[in-house]
Amino acid sequence: MTDDPLLRVRGLWKIFGPKAERWVGSPLSRRELKEQTGCVAAVRDVGFAVRPGEVFVVMGLSGSGKSTLVRCLTRLIEPTAGEIVFDGEDVRRADEKRLRELRRHRLAMVFQHFGLLPHRRVLDNVAFGLEIRGSGKQERYRRAAEVLELVGLAGFENSYPDQLSGGMQQRVGLARALAVDPDLLLFDEPFSALDPLIRREMQNEVIRLHREVGKTMVFITHDLAEALKLGDRVLIMRDGELVQTGTPDEVVGAPADDYVRDFVSDVPRSHVLTLRWVMRDPLPGEPLDGPELGPDEIIRNAVRTVLSADRPVRVVDKDDLLGVVTSAEILEMIAR
Amino acid sequence: MTALTAVAARLPARRYLLGAVLAAWVLGAVLLSGRDTLALGGAELTPLHGRVNEVWDTVDDNRNSNPFFLYFVNYIRLVLDESVTFVQALLSQPSFGRPVPVLGWLGVVAVAGAVTYLFGNLRAALLTVAGFVSFGLLGLWQESMDTLALTLTAVAYSLAVGVPLGIWAGLSDRFLRLVTPVLDFMQTMPTFVYLAPLTLFFLIGPASATIATMIYAIPPAIRITAYGIREVSPVAVEAGTSLGATPRQILRRVRLPLAKRTIVVGVNQTIMAALAMATIAALIDAPGLGKTVLKALQTLDIGSAFNAGLAIVIMAVVLDRATTAAGQRVAGHARRRIEIAALLGAAGVAVYLAYTYVWAAVFPPEADLGPYVRQAADSASVWVQDSLTGFTDALKNAVTYGLLNPLESLLAGSPWWLVALAGVAVAALLGGTRAAAVTVLGMAALVGLGLWQDSMVTLAATLVATALVLALGVVVGVWIGRSDRADAVLRPVLDAGQTMPAFVYLVPILGLFGPTRFTAIIAAVVFAAPVAVKLVAEGIRGVPATTVEAARSAGSSPWQVITKVQLPMARGAVALAANQGLIYVLSMVVVGGLVGAGALGYDVVAGFSQHQLRGKGLAAGLAIVVLGIVLDRVTRAAQARSGSTKEDVWRVER
Repeated sequence: MTDDPLLRVRGLWKIFGPKAERWVGSPLSRRELKEQTGCVAAVRDVGFAVRPGEVFVVMGLSGSGKSTLVRCLTRLIEPTAGEIVFDGEDVRRADEKRLRELRRHRLAMVFQHFGLLPHRRVLDNVAFGLEIRGSGKQERYRRAAEVLELVGLAGFENSYPDQLSGGMQQRVGLARALAVDPDLLLFDEPFSALDPLIRREMQNEVIRLHREVGKTMVFITHDLAEALKLGDRVLIMRDGELVQTGTPDEVVGAPADDYVRDFVSDVPRSHVLTLRWVMRDPLPGEPLDGPELGPDEIIRNAVRTVLSADRPVRVVDKDDLLGVVTSAEILEMIAR
Repeated sequence: MTALTAVAARLPARRYLLGAVLAAWVLGAVLLSGRDTLALGGAELTPLHGRVNEVWDTVDDNRNSNPFFLYFVNYIRLVLDESVTFVQALLSQPSFGRPVPVLGWLGVVAVAGAVTYLFGNLRAALLTVAGFVSFGLLGLWQESMDTLALTLTAVAYSLAVGVPLGIWAGLSDRFLRLVTPVLDFMQTMPTFVYLAPLTLFFLIGPASATIATMIYAIPPAIRITAYGIREVSPVAVEAGTSLGATPRQILRRVRLPLAKRTIVVGVNQTIMAALAMATIAALIDAPGLGKTVLKALQTLDIGSAFNAGLAIVIMAVVLDRATTAAGQRVAGHARRRIEIAALLGAAGVAVYLAYTYVWAAVFPPEADLGPYVRQAADSASVWVQDSLTGFTDALKNAVTYGLLNPLESLLAGSPWWLVALAGVAVAALLGGTRAAAVTVLGMAALVGLGLWQDSMVTLAATLVATALVLALGVVVGVWIGRSDRADAVLRPVLDAGQTMPAFVYLVPILGLFGPTRFTAIIAAVVFAAPVAVKLVAEGIRGVPATTVEAARSAGSSPWQVITKVQLPMARGAVALAANQGLIYVLSMVVVGGLVGAGALGYDVVAGFSQHQLRGKGLAAGLAIVVLGIVLDRVTRAAQARSGSTKEDVWRVER
């Protein structure tokens, strides 16, 4: 991963209501603003950067502004203030035409309620984005069939959306977004409407696709487990504001405030935290010839090695010894 | 004003005040009966009516010299006349130097059947073929085709105007807000009222008939199209936008395809409205079945009226089924090309035969069963009248002497100022200051139009009819609302009642009761009852099942559940039913004028046929509108006061 972000957002505000731009930068809380001006600040001063190839998850409860945020990124909702730079280009400066170009070629979105067209076959739904940008029939059908294969829907080309299950419909939605070969995929709570089993299947599907096609993704969810499972990094929102940005283990291991702490309290920590979070400096005289593990090894995966070793496990990054872990640390962490 | 309302609101018992007003009114009416009633004889005119006549004559004289007419109105008339004539040339009238229309009966039947099959299904196509053949069997082929020609022309223009406007209203909130009150007005206005002013501009004949039909048929086209465009899932639109679709692409590829089914429903409604109006337009000399019915009604020829009425009913059923089938088909897949080709080929052969051979062009006269139908209807009518006299007379007399006469003498037989005063007081008590203000203006307009007494006679009949409609609405509505079986049986009847053109009702009712005021009332009740019944049933069904269950578990009898739970909770729907019932009844006033109702209805009808009564007819039309506006405002205000306004309900029902 390079350090040059694919998408950078700075000071983003979205306020709904009359004369919204006036209240940008207001220190009032969301409720105070609503009471005093009648305006609703959906997104307040949010900033983040998404690196190429990364899965960036925005997590928050309903009403936290996350869906508004993702719509602001492609200006499906016009932001009130702030800067959105996509691949070096200021999205907010783009005129209608340029914005359409961006949407047609570089960004694509998957929606919670799918947004499929019931009067079109699956194949035509998937080809819709290509049709919009003027691709020929043959080419778009070829590409659509290819993508359908990729999402595991080969053979359903001629079905209509209402003949498919919810999970399959969302695969069509996913295929439609992938068909235009975008640089950035936006997911707006894509699996919230699905039942738990299908949801897990679809999450694995996204992980697989991410591995296969390597797209950069911004993923909106209200489900913490989903956020931690999919995200390379997670942004937590509350009442329109950014509370914390970090890798899953940072969020769980070092919550920024009580809100996040409360939120992550139910997460099985050993499933998220890495050895980095439990290692300690070696005590004088401790034997340092135990097994070696990396600092980003998830604790759950390291348990067997640590517990079966008769001496401290060394945590090593390249050739540097960062610390040691013994069964005591592991057991204490799990017991907590 | 508001202070006054506040005082009125604080008065403890509005109902006692209302009772006091009514008592004072009745007392005054008894004491002052027959004075200041502002009566005006059938052939008498006021100066205003005379002036309108003069203006009308001036317009007639300058029709071909005034630039507004020469370069604008006359062109519209020409285009519309020519359009209707063209379709008539295809379907019904000798044309292009031939003694027969271009499409003979076989051609029309084949084309209609093929089109219905292509856009609909086999069942609808067979029904269409059978229906069209029956026009010939009834001996009314040409008249039916004239009606069809007028209807189709008006529908084509209505859709050409209505669908684009509907799309616009679907996309733009501002335009929707702008157009909604106009549509409300177009639909509340009693249908016959705009016929007279139209003839002022476009003369009598197909042009005026087409425009009148369009006024009636465009609102559903606009409304339902707009609704279809609006109800398209916002997610689908957003998905399209997120893929970079232009607004035009969104419209063409997302909104229109998704709204197609709803738009076809709009087409269906437009066609039904157009057919209803196209028959009514016989009053201004529109060609077709309406004219046959009208002539028969005027000569009390029950048999002929029934025969032609039957043809109208068949046409209504065929058009309704065909477009409904088309609506169901929209969602499905396209027909195969070979099927289409075979069908068009067969239709082509039929058209060729009809063009070439007389037997396929002119419906064989020996197959004309019309005389038998007429005879049967006549003897049935005689038999029914003879054998049911006891019952029908009792009903007629009960309503006439029990309700109509007392109310009429109260309204039309007492001094106008007393009635006006009492009316304003009642409006103020029921609906508040604004309703009272509207009533004052309305009363003043009625006096100014010189038709006070006629208006009051019509008002009395209207109120009686509305009361009957409401009674019927509550009884049957509660029944349908509570019983699924009743719903299943009666709903198709109600639907049919609503799609039938108004003329058709008159025939059997006239057969039963002869030409009297009571006949007109019954016709209005039959026309308005389905709406009221449906609204009440909807309200009853809207009562939460848990509430009903709770009442039952507390030991309520069915009667208690109805009177203490369901009806009170459906109060809004009942009030709406009363309002809509009034509007529907009023729109039948002119039809009532044809069968002996007298008063405003007769004035309007006479205005169509007698030159010197045109001004009075126009004034009578306006008086009906005034009555409509006042009654509509007062009932709505009363409903709003009782805290059960549901603006969205209004919208849906229209």
